[in-house]
Amino acid sequence: MILNFLAFCTLVATLAALPRLILGPTAADRIIAAQLAGTGTVATLIVLGTADNAPALFDAALVFATLAAVSGLAFVALQRTRL
Amino acid sequence: MTTVLHALGLTLTTFGVSFLLIAALGVWRLPDVLSRLHALTKADSAGLALIALGAACLTGRLNTLLTLGLCVVLVALSGVTIGHLIARAHLSEGDLE
Repeated sequence: MILNFLAFCTLVATLAALPRLILGPTAADRIIAAQLAGTGTVATLIVLGTADNAPALFDAALVFATLAAVSGLAFVALQRTRL
Repeated sequence: MTTVLHALGLTLTTFGVSFLLIAALGVWRLPDVLSRLHALTKADSAGLALIALGAACLTGRLNTLLTLGLCVVLVALSGVTIGHLIARAHLSEGDLE
């Protein structure tokens, strides 16, 4: 019960970065919000996997962690080539 | 023993989730790129590590420990690296945008 509430809280934290992702004045703001969304997704999947006792969700969290790392590095590489 | 582990897991997970909520509030409301970056890296390193530690205490199985540890190490390493790179790109750009 309390774990479901905590999963809801992590989902709220993930979605709270959404206005910064859409509005963010610079590109760095947007990638910061995307990074927080990736971390929040990983946290949501971990808490949900604990709440439902489904360890398969931990593997999905691992996939999202890898994707977040690659996307952030791609942003920095793009910025460097543009400069 | 199981009760102690359960309570410890719930406490750690609650702390991690509150770290994440505060970081989301910071990214949403803080005025500057560098201060938003400061709020983000706390969630990356401390928040997710606490959540995964709590989850490891709550599931109580050793074979999930490897996956959770790998998640934490990956997110922490990428968070630290990307935080450094974003700050450097922002500072080298100046205040053009």
